[in-house]
Amino acid sequence: MDFAGAYTWVNIKFLLEGFGVTLQVAFFAIILSFFIAGAVGTVRYAKVPILSQVFAVLVETIRNLPLLLIILFTFFALPEIGISMEKIPAAIVALTIFEAAMISEIIRSGLNSIDKGQIEAGRSSGLSNFQTLRYIVLPQALRRMVPPLVSQFISLLKDTSLCVIISLPELTHHAQVIYGQNSGYLAPILLFIAFMYFAVNYTLSVISRRLEVKKFNPPGSDSVSRIFPLYS
Amino acid sequence: MDFSILTNNIDMFLEGLKNTIIASLIALICSLVLGILIAIFRIAPFKPINWLGTAYVEFIRNIPLLVIAFFIFLVFRIPGLAAGTMALTIYTAAFIAEAIRAGIQSVPKGQMEAARSSGLTYPQAMWNIILPQAIKIVIPPLGNQFINLVKNSSIIAVIAGGELMYQGDLISARTFVVFDTYIFVAMFYLVLTIPLSLGVGQLEKRLAKNN
Repeated sequence: MDFAGAYTWVNIKFLLEGFGVTLQVAFFAIILSFFIAGAVGTVRYAKVPILSQVFAVLVETIRNLPLLLIILFTFFALPEIGISMEKIPAAIVALTIFEAAMISEIIRSGLNSIDKGQIEAGRSSGLSNFQTLRYIVLPQALRRMVPPLVSQFISLLKDTSLCVIISLPELTHHAQVIYGQNSGYLAPILLFIAFMYFAVNYTLSVISRRLEVKKFNPPGSDSVSRIFPLYS
Repeated sequence: MDFSILTNNIDMFLEGLKNTIIASLIALICSLVLGILIAIFRIAPFKPINWLGTAYVEFIRNIPLLVIAFFIFLVFRIPGLAAGTMALTIYTAAFIAEAIRAGIQSVPKGQMEAARSSGLTYPQAMWNIILPQAIKIVIPPLGNQFINLVKNSSIIAVIAGGELMYQGDLISARTFVVFDTYIFVAMFYLVLTIPLSLGVGQLEKRLAKNN
Protein backbone atom coordinates (compact mmCIF):
# COMPACT_ATOMS: atom_id res chain seq x y z
CA MET A 1 0.00 0.00 0.00
CA ASP A 2 1.47 3.27 -1.11
CA PHE A 3 -0.69 6.11 0.10
CA ALA A 4 1.77 8.91 -0.57
CA GLY A 5 2.40 7.73 -4.11
CA ALA A 6 -1.28 7.23 -4.83
CA TYR A 7 -2.47 10.63 -3.64
CA THR A 8 -0.48 12.79 -6.03
CA TRP A 9 -2.11 15.82 -7.56
CA VAL A 10 -2.01 14.22 -11.02
CA ASN A 11 -3.97 11.20 -9.80
CA ILE A 12 -6.47 13.25 -7.82
CA LYS A 13 -7.04 15.52 -10.79
CA PHE A 14 -7.63 12.47 -12.98
CA LEU A 15 -10.16 11.12 -10.47
CA LEU A 16 -11.92 14.47 -10.32
CA GLU A 17 -12.20 14.44 -14.12
CA GLY A 18 -13.81 11.03 -13.84
CA PHE A 19 -16.16 12.31 -11.19
CA GLY A 20 -17.12 15.11 -13.57
CA VAL A 21 -18.26 12.50 -16.11
CA THR A 22 -20.11 10.61 -13.37
CA LEU A 23 -22.01 13.73 -12.35
CA GLN A 24 -22.69 14.71 -15.95
CA VAL A 25 -24.10 11.30 -16.88
CA ALA A 26 -26.15 11.13 -13.66
CA PHE A 27 -27.49 14.65 -14.20
CA PHE A 28 -28.70 14.06 -17.76
CA ALA A 29 -30.12 10.67 -16.85
CA ILE A 30 -32.10 12.04 -13.91
CA ILE A 31 -33.55 14.93 -15.93
CA LEU A 32 -34.57 12.72 -18.86
CA SER A 33 -35.93 9.96 -16.69
CA PHE A 34 -37.93 12.41 -14.59
CA PHE A 35 -39.86 13.62 -17.64
CA ILE A 36 -40.41 10.13 -19.04
CA ALA A 37 -41.38 8.84 -15.61
CA GLY A 38 -43.77 11.77 -15.12
CA ALA A 39 -45.64 10.81 -18.28
CA VAL A 40 -45.63 7.08 -17.50
CA GLY A 41 -46.59 7.54 -13.85
CA THR A 42 -49.45 9.89 -14.69
CA VAL A 43 -50.82 7.59 -17.40
CA ARG A 44 -50.76 4.67 -14.97
CA TYR A 45 -52.28 6.78 -12.20
CA ALA A 46 -55.09 7.95 -14.50
CA LYS A 47 -55.58 4.33 -15.67
CA VAL A 48 -55.66 5.28 -19.35
CA PRO A 49 -56.90 2.10 -21.05
CA ILE A 50 -54.38 -0.04 -23.02
CA LEU A 51 -51.55 2.50 -22.60
CA SER A 52 -51.43 2.02 -18.85
CA GLN A 53 -51.37 -1.78 -19.21
CA VAL A 54 -48.53 -1.54 -21.74
CA PHE A 55 -46.58 0.76 -19.42
CA ALA A 56 -47.26 -1.55 -16.48
CA VAL A 57 -45.67 -4.49 -18.31
CA LEU A 58 -42.71 -2.38 -19.42
CA VAL A 59 -42.11 -0.88 -15.98
CA GLU A 60 -42.37 -4.22 -14.19
CA THR A 61 -40.01 -5.86 -16.68
CA ILE A 62 -37.37 -3.15 -16.44
CA ARG A 63 -37.63 -2.85 -12.67
CA ASN A 64 -37.02 -6.56 -12.31
CA LEU A 65 -33.89 -6.64 -14.45
CA PRO A 66 -30.37 -5.86 -13.24
CA LEU A 67 -29.13 -2.46 -14.37
CA LEU A 68 -25.85 -4.05 -15.43
CA LEU A 69 -27.74 -6.13 -17.99
CA ILE A 70 -29.48 -3.03 -19.35
CA ILE A 71 -26.15 -1.21 -19.70
CA LEU A 72 -24.54 -4.15 -21.48
CA PHE A 73 -27.59 -4.56 -23.67
CA THR A 74 -27.64 -0.89 -24.70
CA PHE A 75 -23.96 -0.78 -25.56
CA PHE A 76 -23.30 -4.24 -27.02
CA ALA A 77 -26.63 -5.66 -28.21
CA LEU A 78 -28.43 -2.67 -29.72
CA PRO A 79 -25.73 -2.19 -32.42
CA GLU A 80 -26.80 -5.61 -33.76
CA ILE A 81 -30.15 -4.12 -34.69
CA GLY A 82 -28.57 -0.95 -36.05
CA ILE A 83 -28.62 1.34 -32.99
CA SER A 84 -25.06 2.14 -32.03
CA MET A 85 -24.09 4.88 -29.61
CA GLU A 86 -20.92 6.32 -28.15
CA LYS A 87 -20.16 5.42 -24.51
CA ILE A 88 -21.57 8.53 -22.86
CA PRO A 89 -24.91 8.54 -24.73
CA ALA A 90 -25.21 4.78 -24.26
CA ALA A 91 -24.66 5.16 -20.51
CA ILE A 92 -27.22 7.97 -20.33
CA VAL A 93 -29.78 5.96 -22.32
CA ALA A 94 -29.33 2.81 -20.21
CA LEU A 95 -29.52 4.67 -16.91
CA THR A 96 -32.52 6.65 -18.14
CA ILE A 97 -34.45 3.51 -19.12
CA PHE A 98 -33.83 1.96 -15.70
CA GLU A 99 -34.38 5.10 -13.62
CA ALA A 100 -37.51 6.09 -15.55
CA ALA A 101 -39.09 2.78 -14.53
CA MET A 102 -38.11 3.28 -10.89
CA ILE A 103 -39.14 6.95 -10.75
CA SER A 104 -42.47 6.30 -12.48
CA GLU A 105 -43.34 4.09 -9.51
CA ILE A 106 -42.40 6.88 -7.08
CA ILE A 107 -44.60 9.29 -9.02
CA ARG A 108 -47.49 6.85 -9.22
CA SER A 109 -47.44 6.05 -5.50
CA GLY A 110 -47.02 9.75 -4.72
CA LEU A 111 -50.14 10.57 -6.73
CA ASN A 112 -52.01 7.63 -5.21
CA SER A 113 -51.12 8.80 -1.72
CA ILE A 114 -53.32 11.88 -2.08
CA ASP A 115 -56.59 11.35 -0.29
CA LYS A 116 -59.52 10.54 -2.60
CA GLY A 117 -61.59 13.18 -0.77
CA GLN A 118 -59.29 15.86 -2.21
CA ILE A 119 -60.12 14.77 -5.75
CA GLU A 120 -63.84 14.54 -5.00
CA ALA A 121 -63.77 18.00 -3.44
CA GLY A 122 -61.92 19.39 -6.45
CA ARG A 123 -64.34 17.81 -8.91
CA SER A 124 -67.42 18.93 -6.94
CA SER A 125 -66.19 22.49 -6.82
CA GLY A 126 -66.32 22.54 -10.62
CA LEU A 127 -62.74 21.76 -11.62
CA SER A 128 -62.20 19.43 -14.56
CA ASN A 129 -60.28 16.16 -14.14
CA PHE A 130 -57.15 17.78 -15.53
CA GLN A 131 -57.53 20.87 -13.37
CA THR A 132 -57.95 18.73 -10.27
CA LEU A 133 -54.74 16.90 -11.13
CA ARG A 134 -52.87 20.10 -11.94
CA TYR A 135 -53.99 22.30 -9.04
CA ILE A 136 -55.02 19.90 -6.27
CA VAL A 137 -53.22 16.58 -6.57
CA LEU A 138 -49.86 17.47 -8.13
CA PRO A 139 -48.80 20.27 -5.75
CA GLN A 140 -49.39 18.00 -2.76
CA ALA A 141 -47.96 14.87 -4.34
CA LEU A 142 -44.79 16.54 -5.64
CA ARG A 143 -43.80 17.61 -2.13
CA ARG A 144 -44.13 14.07 -0.88
CA MET A 145 -42.08 12.77 -3.80
CA VAL A 146 -39.01 14.88 -3.06
CA PRO A 147 -37.33 12.61 -0.48
CA PRO A 148 -37.74 9.37 -2.46
CA LEU A 149 -36.59 11.19 -5.60
CA VAL A 150 -33.42 12.35 -3.85
CA SER A 151 -32.93 8.79 -2.67
CA GLN A 152 -33.29 7.54 -6.20
CA PHE A 153 -30.77 10.12 -7.38
CA ILE A 154 -28.30 8.80 -4.80
CA SER A 155 -28.87 5.30 -6.18
CA LEU A 156 -28.29 6.63 -9.67
CA LEU A 157 -24.99 8.24 -8.68
CA LYS A 158 -23.85 4.95 -7.18
CA ASP A 159 -25.11 3.01 -10.19
CA THR A 160 -23.07 5.03 -12.67
CA SER A 161 -20.12 3.00 -11.36
CA LEU A 162 -21.56 0.00 -13.23
CA CYS A 163 -20.66 1.75 -16.47
CA VAL A 164 -17.04 0.60 -15.95
CA ILE A 165 -18.17 -2.46 -17.86
CA ILE A 166 -18.44 -0.37 -21.03
CA SER A 167 -15.28 1.61 -20.08
CA LEU A 168 -17.17 4.84 -19.62
CA PRO A 169 -14.47 7.28 -18.40
CA GLU A 170 -16.18 7.91 -15.06
CA LEU A 171 -14.83 7.82 -11.50
CA THR A 172 -14.54 4.07 -10.99
CA HIS A 173 -13.01 3.57 -14.43
CA HIS A 174 -10.42 6.27 -13.81
CA ALA A 175 -9.62 4.59 -10.50
CA GLN A 176 -9.05 1.34 -12.41
CA VAL A 177 -6.70 3.13 -14.78
CA ILE A 178 -4.63 4.46 -11.86
CA TYR A 179 -4.34 1.25 -9.86
CA GLY A 180 -3.75 -0.63 -13.09
CA GLN A 181 -0.34 1.08 -13.26
CA ASN A 182 0.70 0.19 -9.74
CA SER A 183 -1.02 -2.42 -7.59
CA GLY A 184 0.27 -0.65 -4.46
CA TYR A 185 -2.30 2.06 -5.23
CA LEU A 186 -5.24 -0.37 -5.09
CA ALA A 187 -6.45 0.15 -1.54
CA PRO A 188 -5.65 3.88 -1.32
CA ILE A 189 -7.42 4.70 -4.58
CA LEU A 190 -10.47 2.54 -3.87
CA LEU A 191 -10.78 4.15 -0.42
CA PHE A 192 -10.43 7.57 -1.97
CA ILE A 193 -13.21 7.08 -4.51
CA ALA A 194 -15.42 5.50 -1.83
CA PHE A 195 -15.07 8.72 0.15
CA MET A 196 -15.79 10.81 -2.93
CA TYR A 197 -19.06 8.94 -3.57
CA PHE A 198 -19.82 9.08 0.12
CA ALA A 199 -19.25 12.83 0.42
CA VAL A 200 -21.70 13.70 -2.35
CA ASN A 201 -24.32 11.08 -1.52
CA TYR A 202 -24.27 11.70 2.22
CA THR A 203 -24.69 15.44 1.66
CA LEU A 204 -27.67 14.74 -0.58
CA SER A 205 -29.23 12.39 1.96
CA VAL A 206 -28.80 14.91 4.78
CA ILE A 207 -30.48 17.63 2.70
CA SER A 208 -33.28 15.25 1.83
CA ARG A 209 -33.85 14.33 5.47
CA ARG A 210 -33.95 18.01 6.49
CA LEU A 211 -36.56 18.64 3.83
CA GLU A 212 -38.56 15.64 4.90
CA VAL A 213 -38.66 16.69 8.53
CA LYS A 214 -39.09 20.44 8.25
CA LYS A 215 -40.95 21.27 5.11
CA PHE A 216 -42.86 18.32 3.90
CA ASN A 217 -44.16 16.89 7.11
CA PRO A 218 -46.26 19.48 8.85
CA PRO A 219 -47.80 18.02 12.02
CA GLY A 220 -50.74 15.78 11.26
CA SER A 221 -49.81 14.92 7.68
CA ASP A 222 -48.90 11.44 6.53
CA SER A 223 -45.26 10.74 7.06
CA VAL A 224 -43.38 10.28 3.83
CA SER A 225 -41.76 7.14 5.11
CA ARG A 226 -45.19 5.65 5.60
CA ILE A 227 -46.17 6.32 2.01
CA PHE A 228 -42.85 5.21 0.58
CA PRO A 229 -41.70 2.65 3.11
CA LEU A 230 -39.67 0.90 0.48
CA TYR A 231 -37.47 3.55 -0.94
CA SER A 232 -33.83 2.94 -0.39
CA MET B 1 -34.95 -15.17 -31.92
CA ASP B 2 -32.26 -17.80 -32.23
CA PHE B 3 -33.23 -20.52 -29.79
CA SER B 4 -30.16 -22.57 -30.60
CA ILE B 5 -28.22 -20.08 -28.47
CA LEU B 6 -30.31 -21.22 -25.54
CA THR B 7 -30.31 -24.95 -26.27
CA ASN B 8 -26.61 -25.14 -27.21
CA ASN B 9 -25.48 -23.31 -24.11
CA ILE B 10 -28.11 -24.43 -21.67
CA ASP B 11 -25.58 -25.90 -19.23
CA MET B 12 -23.75 -22.55 -19.04
CA PHE B 13 -26.99 -20.69 -18.46
CA LEU B 14 -28.00 -23.14 -15.74
CA GLU B 15 -24.55 -22.99 -14.15
CA GLY B 16 -24.92 -19.20 -14.03
CA LEU B 17 -28.43 -19.43 -12.66
CA LYS B 18 -27.22 -21.83 -9.96
CA ASN B 19 -24.42 -19.48 -8.92
CA THR B 20 -26.77 -16.49 -8.89
CA ILE B 21 -29.22 -18.33 -6.64
CA ILE B 22 -26.49 -19.61 -4.31
CA ALA B 23 -24.85 -16.19 -4.00
CA SER B 24 -28.22 -14.51 -3.39
CA LEU B 25 -29.34 -17.01 -0.76
CA ILE B 26 -26.06 -16.98 1.16
CA ALA B 27 -25.93 -13.18 1.00
CA LEU B 28 -29.55 -12.98 2.13
CA ILE B 29 -29.03 -15.12 5.22
CA CYS B 30 -25.73 -13.45 6.18
CA SER B 31 -27.04 -9.94 5.58
CA LEU B 32 -30.13 -10.67 7.67
CA VAL B 33 -27.94 -11.70 10.60
CA LEU B 34 -25.57 -8.77 10.13
CA GLY B 35 -28.49 -6.38 9.50
CA ILE B 36 -30.28 -7.40 12.70
CA LEU B 37 -27.06 -6.96 14.65
CA ILE B 38 -26.53 -3.46 13.26
CA ALA B 39 -30.17 -2.54 13.86
CA ILE B 40 -29.69 -3.55 17.51
CA PHE B 41 -26.55 -1.38 17.58
CA ARG B 42 -28.54 1.53 16.22
CA ILE B 43 -31.36 1.41 18.78
CA ALA B 44 -29.28 0.28 21.76
CA PRO B 45 -29.50 2.69 24.68
CA PHE B 46 -25.74 3.26 24.66
CA LYS B 47 -24.33 6.12 22.59
CA PRO B 48 -20.94 4.85 21.30
CA ILE B 49 -22.54 1.63 20.04
CA ASN B 50 -25.30 3.69 18.45
CA TRP B 51 -22.73 5.75 16.69
CA LEU B 52 -20.95 2.67 15.36
CA GLY B 53 -24.16 1.34 13.85
CA THR B 54 -25.00 4.69 12.29
CA ALA B 55 -21.51 5.03 10.82
CA TYR B 56 -21.77 1.59 9.21
CA VAL B 57 -25.19 2.24 7.71
CA GLU B 58 -24.43 5.73 6.44
CA PHE B 59 -21.07 4.85 4.95
CA ILE B 60 -22.09 1.64 3.21
CA ARG B 61 -25.40 3.00 1.92
CA ASN B 62 -23.69 5.90 0.22
CA ILE B 63 -20.95 4.11 -1.69
CA PRO B 64 -21.41 1.91 -4.78
CA LEU B 65 -21.67 -1.83 -4.29
CA LEU B 66 -19.14 -2.25 -7.10
CA VAL B 67 -16.48 -0.35 -5.13
CA ILE B 68 -17.01 -2.69 -2.16
CA ALA B 69 -16.78 -5.70 -4.48
CA PHE B 70 -13.58 -4.41 -6.11
CA PHE B 71 -12.07 -3.79 -2.71
CA ILE B 72 -12.70 -7.32 -1.45
CA PHE B 73 -11.77 -8.92 -4.77
CA LEU B 74 -8.60 -6.96 -5.47
CA VAL B 75 -7.24 -5.92 -2.09
CA PHE B 76 -8.01 -9.12 -0.17
CA ARG B 77 -7.55 -11.35 -3.28
CA ILE B 78 -10.69 -13.39 -2.63
CA PRO B 79 -12.11 -15.36 -5.62
CA GLY B 80 -14.91 -13.65 -7.59
CA LEU B 81 -18.01 -15.48 -6.45
CA ALA B 82 -17.04 -15.44 -2.76
CA ALA B 83 -15.90 -11.81 -2.92
CA GLY B 84 -19.15 -10.84 -4.64
CA THR B 85 -21.25 -12.66 -2.06
CA MET B 86 -19.36 -10.91 0.74
CA ALA B 87 -19.80 -7.53 -0.91
CA LEU B 88 -23.53 -8.18 -1.37
CA THR B 89 -23.78 -9.16 2.31
CA ILE B 90 -22.00 -6.04 3.55
CA TYR B 91 -24.02 -3.77 1.25
CA THR B 92 -27.46 -5.31 1.80
CA ALA B 93 -26.97 -5.51 5.58
CA ALA B 94 -26.94 -1.70 5.72
CA PHE B 95 -30.33 -1.50 4.01
CA ILE B 96 -31.79 -4.33 6.07
CA ALA B 97 -30.60 -2.65 9.29
CA GLU B 98 -32.34 0.56 8.21
CA ALA B 99 -35.58 -1.27 7.39
CA ILE B 100 -35.57 -3.05 10.76
CA ARG B 101 -34.72 0.10 12.70
CA ALA B 102 -37.47 2.05 10.93
CA GLY B 103 -39.93 -0.75 11.67
CA ILE B 104 -39.08 -0.87 15.37
CA GLN B 105 -39.17 2.89 15.75
CA SER B 106 -42.51 3.13 13.97
CA VAL B 107 -44.16 1.34 16.90
CA PRO B 108 -45.54 4.14 19.11
CA LYS B 109 -43.41 5.01 22.15
CA GLY B 110 -46.41 4.46 24.43
CA GLN B 111 -46.20 0.73 23.75
CA MET B 112 -42.72 0.49 25.23
CA GLU B 113 -43.67 2.75 28.13
CA ALA B 114 -46.79 0.74 28.91
CA ALA B 115 -44.85 -2.53 28.76
CA ARG B 116 -42.08 -1.19 30.98
CA SER B 117 -44.54 0.23 33.52
CA SER B 118 -46.40 -3.07 33.70
CA GLY B 119 -43.16 -4.61 34.95
CA LEU B 120 -41.55 -6.13 31.85
CA THR B 121 -37.81 -5.72 31.44
CA TYR B 122 -36.45 -3.93 28.35
CA PRO B 123 -35.59 -7.18 26.48
CA GLN B 124 -38.96 -8.70 27.45
CA ALA B 125 -40.83 -5.63 26.23
CA MET B 126 -38.80 -5.59 23.03
CA TRP B 127 -39.35 -9.28 22.33
CA ASN B 128 -43.02 -9.61 23.36
CA ILE B 129 -44.51 -6.21 22.60
CA ILE B 130 -42.45 -4.23 20.10
CA LEU B 131 -41.05 -6.87 17.73
CA PRO B 132 -44.37 -8.62 16.93
CA GLN B 133 -45.80 -5.25 15.85
CA ALA B 134 -42.66 -4.16 14.03
CA ILE B 135 -42.35 -7.34 11.99
CA LYS B 136 -45.48 -6.49 9.97
CA ILE B 137 -43.94 -3.22 8.88
CA VAL B 138 -40.52 -4.71 8.25
CA ILE B 139 -41.43 -7.69 6.07
CA PRO B 140 -42.35 -5.89 2.79
CA PRO B 141 -39.15 -3.79 2.67
CA LEU B 142 -37.15 -6.90 3.49
CA GLY B 143 -38.77 -8.65 0.54
CA ASN B 144 -37.80 -5.74 -1.68
CA GLN B 145 -34.26 -5.93 -0.42
CA PHE B 146 -34.14 -9.56 -1.46
CA ILE B 147 -35.26 -8.65 -4.98
CA ASN B 148 -32.57 -5.97 -5.09
CA LEU B 149 -30.10 -8.54 -3.86
CA VAL B 150 -30.87 -10.90 -6.74
CA LYS B 151 -30.53 -8.06 -9.25
CA ASN B 152 -27.38 -6.72 -7.60
CA SER B 153 -25.77 -10.15 -7.74
CA SER B 154 -25.16 -9.37 -11.42
CA ILE B 155 -22.20 -7.20 -10.42
CA ILE B 156 -20.36 -10.41 -9.59
CA ALA B 157 -19.94 -10.65 -13.39
CA VAL B 158 -17.57 -7.68 -13.25
CA ILE B 159 -15.23 -9.59 -10.91
CA ALA B 160 -15.47 -12.85 -12.90
CA GLY B 161 -17.69 -14.69 -10.46
CA GLY B 162 -19.34 -17.10 -12.90
CA GLU B 163 -22.95 -16.13 -12.22
CA LEU B 164 -25.73 -15.62 -14.76
CA MET B 165 -24.58 -12.31 -16.25
CA TYR B 166 -20.99 -13.55 -16.49
CA GLN B 167 -22.06 -16.72 -18.29
CA GLY B 168 -24.15 -14.60 -20.63
CA ASP B 169 -21.07 -12.51 -21.38
CA LEU B 170 -19.02 -15.65 -22.10
CA ILE B 171 -21.69 -17.06 -24.38
CA SER B 172 -22.05 -13.81 -26.32
CA ALA B 173 -18.27 -13.54 -26.69
CA ARG B 174 -18.09 -17.10 -28.00
CA THR B 175 -21.06 -17.07 -30.36
CA PHE B 176 -20.95 -13.38 -31.41
CA VAL B 177 -24.72 -13.32 -30.94
CA VAL B 178 -25.09 -10.62 -28.32
CA PHE B 179 -28.70 -9.52 -28.69
CA ASP B 180 -30.36 -12.92 -28.34
CA THR B 181 -27.99 -14.05 -25.58
CA TYR B 182 -28.80 -11.01 -23.46
CA ILE B 183 -32.51 -11.51 -24.04
CA PHE B 184 -32.18 -15.05 -22.66
CA VAL B 185 -30.15 -13.78 -19.70
CA ALA B 186 -32.90 -11.22 -19.06
CA MET B 187 -35.50 -13.99 -19.11
CA PHE B 188 -33.56 -16.03 -16.57
CA TYR B 189 -33.41 -12.99 -14.28
CA LEU B 190 -37.12 -12.33 -14.72
CA VAL B 191 -37.90 -15.96 -13.84
CA LEU B 192 -36.23 -15.24 -10.49
CA THR B 193 -37.38 -11.68 -9.79
CA ILE B 194 -40.97 -11.50 -11.11
CA PRO B 195 -42.35 -14.21 -8.76
CA LEU B 196 -40.51 -12.51 -5.88
CA SER B 197 -42.00 -9.13 -6.82
CA LEU B 198 -45.50 -10.57 -7.09
CA GLY B 199 -45.05 -12.31 -3.74
CA VAL B 200 -43.92 -9.14 -2.01
CA GLY B 201 -46.80 -7.18 -3.56
CA GLN B 202 -49.28 -9.81 -2.37
CA LEU B 203 -47.77 -9.74 1.12
CA GLU B 204 -47.97 -5.96 1.28
CA LYS B 205 -51.64 -6.04 0.33
CA ARG B 206 -52.45 -8.66 2.92
CA LEU B 207 -50.58 -6.83 5.68
CA ALA B 208 -52.26 -3.54 4.72
CA LYS B 209 -55.66 -5.23 4.97
CA ASN B 210 -54.92 -6.54 8.47
CA ASN B 211 -54.28 -3.03 9.72
